[in-house]
Amino acid sequence: MAAVLESLLREEVSVEAAVRWIARSAQSSEDDPGEAAALSALQPLRKEFVPFLLNFLREQSSRVLPQGPPTPAKAPGASAALPARAGGQPRGSRGARSQLFPPTEAPSTAAEAPLARRGGRRRCPGPARERGGRGPGGPEEGVGGESVPWAGGRRLRGSGSPSGPSLALSDPPNLSNLEEFPPVGLVPPGPAGTKPSRRINPTPVSEERSLSKPKTCFTSPPISCVPSSQPSALDTSPWGLGLPPGCRSLQEEREMLRKERSKQLLQSPVPTCPPPESGSPLPSRTGNLTDEPADPARVSSRQRLELVALVYSSCIAENLVPNLFLELFFVLQLLTARRMVTAKHSDREPSPDALDSLENPLFQSIHDCVFFAVQVLEHQFQVLSHLDKGTLKLLAENERLLCFSPALQGRLRAAYEGSVAKVSLAMPPSAQAVSFQPETDNRANFSSDRAFHTFKKQRDVFYEVLREWEDHHEEPGWDFEKGLGSRIRAMMGQLSTACSHSHFVRLFQKQLLQMCQHPGGAGAAVLGEAPDVLSMLGADKLGRLRRLQERLVAPQSSGGPCPPPTFPGCQGFFRDFILSASSFQFNQHLMDSLSLKIRDLNGLALPQQEPSDDGESDVDWQGERRQFAVVLLSLRLLAKFLGFVAFLPYRGPEPPPTGELQDSILALRSQVPPVLDVRALLQQGLRAHRAVLTVPWLVEFLSFADHVVPLLDYYRSVFTLLLHLHRSLVLSQENEGEMCFLNKLLLLAVLGWLFQIPTVPEDLFFLEEGQLDPFEVDTVASEHGLDSVPVVDQQLLYTCCPYIGELRKLLASWVSGSSGRSGGFVRKITPTTTTTTGLGAQPPQTSQGLQAQLAQAFFHNQPPSLRRTVEFVAERIGSNCVKHIKATLVADLVHQAELLLQEQLVTQGQDGGDPAQLLEILCSQLCPHGAQALTQGREFCQRKSPGAVRALLPEETPAAVLSSAESIAVGLATEKACAWLSANITALIRREVKAAVSRTLRAQGPEPAAWGERRGCSHACEHHAPLPSHLISEIKDVLSLAVGPRDPEEGVSPEHLEQLLGQLGQTLRCRQFLCPPAEQHLAKCSVELASLLVADQIPVLGPPAQHRLERGQARRLLLMLLALWKDDFQGPVPLQLLLSPRNVGLLADTRPREWDLLLFLLRELVEKGLMGRLEIEACLGSLREAQWPGDFSEELATLFNLFLAEPHLPEPQLRVCELVQPNRGAVLAQS
Amino acid sequence: MILTKAQYDEIAQCLVSVPPTRQSLRKLKQRFPSQSQATLLSIFSQEYQKHIKRTHAKHHTSEAIESYYQRYLNGVVKNGAAPVLLELANEVDYAPSLMARLILERFLQEHEETPPSKSVINSMLRDPSQIPDGVLANQVYQCIVNDCCYGPLVDCIKHAIGHEHEILLRDLLLEKNLSFLDEDQLRAKGYDKTPDFILQVPVVMLCPLAVEGHIIHWIESKASFGDECSHHAYLHDQFWSYWNRFGPGLVIYWYGFIQELDCNRERGILLKASFPTDIVTLCHSIA
Repeated sequence: MAAVLESLLREEVSVEAAVRWIARSAQSSEDDPGEAAALSALQPLRKEFVPFLLNFLREQSSRVLPQGPPTPAKAPGASAALPARAGGQPRGSRGARSQLFPPTEAPSTAAEAPLARRGGRRRCPGPARERGGRGPGGPEEGVGGESVPWAGGRRLRGSGSPSGPSLALSDPPNLSNLEEFPPVGLVPPGPAGTKPSRRINPTPVSEERSLSKPKTCFTSPPISCVPSSQPSALDTSPWGLGLPPGCRSLQEEREMLRKERSKQLLQSPVPTCPPPESGSPLPSRTGNLTDEPADPARVSSRQRLELVALVYSSCIAENLVPNLFLELFFVLQLLTARRMVTAKHSDREPSPDALDSLENPLFQSIHDCVFFAVQVLEHQFQVLSHLDKGTLKLLAENERLLCFSPALQGRLRAAYEGSVAKVSLAMPPSAQAVSFQPETDNRANFSSDRAFHTFKKQRDVFYEVLREWEDHHEEPGWDFEKGLGSRIRAMMGQLSTACSHSHFVRLFQKQLLQMCQHPGGAGAAVLGEAPDVLSMLGADKLGRLRRLQERLVAPQSSGGPCPPPTFPGCQGFFRDFILSASSFQFNQHLMDSLSLKIRDLNGLALPQQEPSDDGESDVDWQGERRQFAVVLLSLRLLAKFLGFVAFLPYRGPEPPPTGELQDSILALRSQVPPVLDVRALLQQGLRAHRAVLTVPWLVEFLSFADHVVPLLDYYRSVFTLLLHLHRSLVLSQENEGEMCFLNKLLLLAVLGWLFQIPTVPEDLFFLEEGQLDPFEVDTVASEHGLDSVPVVDQQLLYTCCPYIGELRKLLASWVSGSSGRSGGFVRKITPTTTTTTGLGAQPPQTSQGLQAQLAQAFFHNQPPSLRRTVEFVAERIGSNCVKHIKATLVADLVHQAELLLQEQLVTQGQDGGDPAQLLEILCSQLCPHGAQALTQGREFCQRKSPGAVRALLPEETPAAVLSSAESIAVGLATEKACAWLSANITALIRREVKAAVSRTLRAQGPEPAAWGERRGCSHACEHHAPLPSHLISEIKDVLSLAVGPRDPEEGVSPEHLEQLLGQLGQTLRCRQFLCPPAEQHLAKCSVELASLLVADQIPVLGPPAQHRLERGQARRLLLMLLALWKDDFQGPVPLQLLLSPRNVGLLADTRPREWDLLLFLLRELVEKGLMGRLEIEACLGSLREAQWPGDFSEELATLFNLFLAEPHLPEPQLRVCELVQPNRGAVLAQS
Repeated sequence: MILTKAQYDEIAQCLVSVPPTRQSLRKLKQRFPSQSQATLLSIFSQEYQKHIKRTHAKHHTSEAIESYYQRYLNGVVKNGAAPVLLELANEVDYAPSLMARLILERFLQEHEETPPSKSVINSMLRDPSQIPDGVLANQVYQCIVNDCCYGPLVDCIKHAIGHEHEILLRDLLLEKNLSFLDEDQLRAKGYDKTPDFILQVPVVMLCPLAVEGHIIHWIESKASFGDECSHHAYLHDQFWSYWNRFGPGLVIYWYGFIQELDCNRERGILLKASFPTDIVTLCHSIA
């Protein structure tokens, strides 16, 4: 492979030809015959060129750039104690620089090689984390023991640290030791180091290294290059034996280079320790060390660097590298390399004959690095210009860049000044609960009362758990499983019926969308909060701030340019909930629901129109974009969770299976249908030019795949499609009708990220060729598709790919290290709130035929908002129509049913017959009337739709367009309404009539309509009467005083009693606050009070001599009570209690007994018509049956006789209580 | 009447093993003249109920019941007119109404063939005239009218107070022109949890010191004092359930609450001791 590069360097082959050769394999006619010959000789190596080149660059830089920007991890000692995620530093960089691409297999071995390779590739699982160890927004290692430790899998240096052996061997400090002298921006591997950036394997070439592992080659899979401290059994296969011929020759090449280099090392004057350069202090971990100035004049071999930069840039431009942004990150690392610690030997002039060869280090100084970086950046200007303003500013202000390429700096400055896009993030909405909607949530939606009430409780438990999580999940030591696990499982255990599960899943999914649709918790970090804070503080304080940051574990850090898939912020709750619930049923329902929602959203009609001339300012267009963003973000979220749940059972901490075991697993797994037919959706998406919508969520879904997934034919073809798409997204080609730049950039970013996911086989990216092609990828749009509409803006790009912000962090950290430049630039982030409204009405999937086609055509040339308006109106009017029919036609029919039922009851007597039979009779009479529903429904839609359309469309809409829109809306609404009505009207009528019948029958039952007609307050009433509760309380006090026990000084004044009764009258006349039970108790208390008055038991305040009420006063009070009973109580008053043995018995205790008040009361009762004589006589009669002292019985008999001796009045006309409620009052009062 | 936790504790401290009689209430009122009587009663009642809940079980052992019944019988044999039952209750630190129920149950067990049903007992407690034994009827009645924390009369008063405050709140809403759905309407629509009022259009309540207001979707009226125990129970059974379905809302504790409990404002549960005055409504026309 080196041969290719060398032939390039020797200018035997032009860069263009080489890139063509790499990209397309076939020779093109443009190629010079000489070139072609040179290249064809190297044909077998073609596919290995790019990995070789990338590794070569990494390796070269690692030799020259031992010093990263002042990262928290600079001092190994200090960094060791730091948590892995300390600081906002670009941590992926370590991985980025330190891993090699695997070689691509030669065609002959392609079939078996992947299996063998995979078997041999050791996954080093990190220490199995405890189940509870999921941190906030932690990576999916959170899955804990059960999951693939993403990070562990490729955290090669973290687990089997290459430095281990080196350190052990090294007598002199080993400059090539990346642990001691970490290269640019590197953070030593932490326990949860950053993962996926695994491609570039650290092969620091050193004598020690070559001794310990002499046969390693650059292109061998990373793991084999790394001396493992824990060699796994799987590792035993000797790589040398299995290596394809190409690789072997490479090995030889590398071996030669290595020898040469070690020679140089030995020759170098001060080979063992970094000489302090020009008095600069030793590197400290803060950023205030002086950077080595970079000088264009001191670049060593310009021509060679230019050439390599050109080849490299071309590979980037052709999407031959897996991850565009990773390369940019690397280039920026070179640009911001602080100092070169390597020996001065590199300053010596390279021997002229070595100039073209690779034997000489590519980067011999900082100057070389910066020169190379600036060269590449010049080629990548187009991408750079689409980065956010902050990054552009930092780039434009980079003095090295200015120094090496004033032209590029000028272009960047212009781009910065011209950039209107500001990336601001929506504030995460506070957790709002999913609102209760009677239509979907009330009892009618559940199979039983029990299910309904169970779900009611579950909803509350769910939110209780959620709130508790919100309160505690950031506390150190809090553990989801320990804190909430058992409660969640108990709740899930109650979900017995399938129906309940679907209800719960609906709630879960809605809440998920509501809380996490916006970048949410993690959102703040999307661009890295740190850089914003940094720029606001000014550069001076950056160093200090950085130190502060080191100490704060920054959960918002997005984890390097290639972070593993994570569940940031609130998403962590939902992930942990799923894990803790560990409910098979729940997962299945969840997958069903997520799949359905994904299909729905993926198929949503989104703008097909170019933005109008107004462009950005066009309100409609802003809305379209926003809608697209909402849909896209929702899809990504749903797909992420679908992937998580779907692949959950297959992920585990153990290394992926190999050999026969793997074969059998593959055979088994290939039987299982995919949870969602993503391949079909992807193909549809590509065909319909909607890749920009489909691919981002598909990537989220696939990022959770387990190791076996990419080996399955089905998913392999999905990956192949994605790889072809990736290759086709050449940014420099911007043809009419092709995908827009930012759309492409988004896809490149997400795909590049996917290719770095540990579970995606390392060889996949470089292997795809030759396997063409289940589906021709063709992005040249023959018709307008979503892809050609600029739906992606910078904000969406950064929201979906927060790791792009790492570029900015890298640049910012450079600024912080270089004192005081560009400080004081304050940028205020204004949070913009994105709409929280739903995803828009779903277009009814309806009409066929010509009319539908015409309607489609009509919309085609209208603004998309017109279509949405019409569909919205149709949807609403259709729905309203159904409601209207329910409220009118059905209600009328129910009323008729009630009347018919009444008749039935009258003719057939109280019983009325069997309710089921009754229902049948009624329904048979009424249901035919349901047919009217369709006519009425049509009429309703006809009447309502046009007005609504008119109100919603712009005033200026042309009349013809308007009337077409109206008629389409009428049609769609009618269709919707009638479809529902014809299917459901009979059942609806039945249900309502049934409810009415049971209601009517119940009303017929023994339950008395106790309170009859009630009067309200008079019109003049101002509701100022004393409150009933107050009066009950007051009367109760009097009663308790009377009943005793009481203190000697306690008593009531007659005035107070009078006042109390007056208030009682007021209260009874103002009905505002009076409820039946209160009135009932007031009535009873007033009777008790009367009895106490009669028995003269009420202690009166005053001189001790007269502790009793005067006769006259007592009579007056009794008369007041009589008036209240007669006029003011509306409910029954239990007057018969006056003659209950207990109350009459009160008289037995008084000496001398005075019967006159009782007689007076009885007479008045009769006179006022409150009680009938016969009733009283009956009561007195039964009184005599009770056991009394002898003398009391006699007196009672006398009273009886006296009462009977009263002149018999004619039966009084006014017996209010009895008239109002014949017989019921007494019954009630007793109850 | 919003009390700090310390103020509340001071009051609660005075209520330890005080019998629930009108005399106790009178003393309490003299002790804390600055507090409203209703608030004091509410606190007293809640503290007493907590106390009874804690000690309830020990009065319901068969030995205890037997011993109480014997003491009652002995007492009324000596003097049927003396407040035997009431004094017994006070002596053993149990609510008079509950003691009355206990003895009544025991009495009926002895005198009837079948064990008395709950509804019969309840009915007799509501109307002691139905109790077949005249002496017991008087004793029971005395217990009931002297108990200010338990019993049918107290229950009725509490119910009435709750009802009255709902009406009061409804009137205030009408007065402010805020349209709402009340509990009955919500139930008819099939809501599984029903606050007293759901505002059809949410309002914002402004707080004097805060820049932002609080959105209110629902209002719950509580005619009691909001102490820790009852508030937590309400949060769990009602307020959070409302929040879970309808979003943030307002709870009015008409008799006050412990200030420290109003800690979920940001979360969306707001406490007030009266109807808020600073309310902002959605403007209907953007003129």
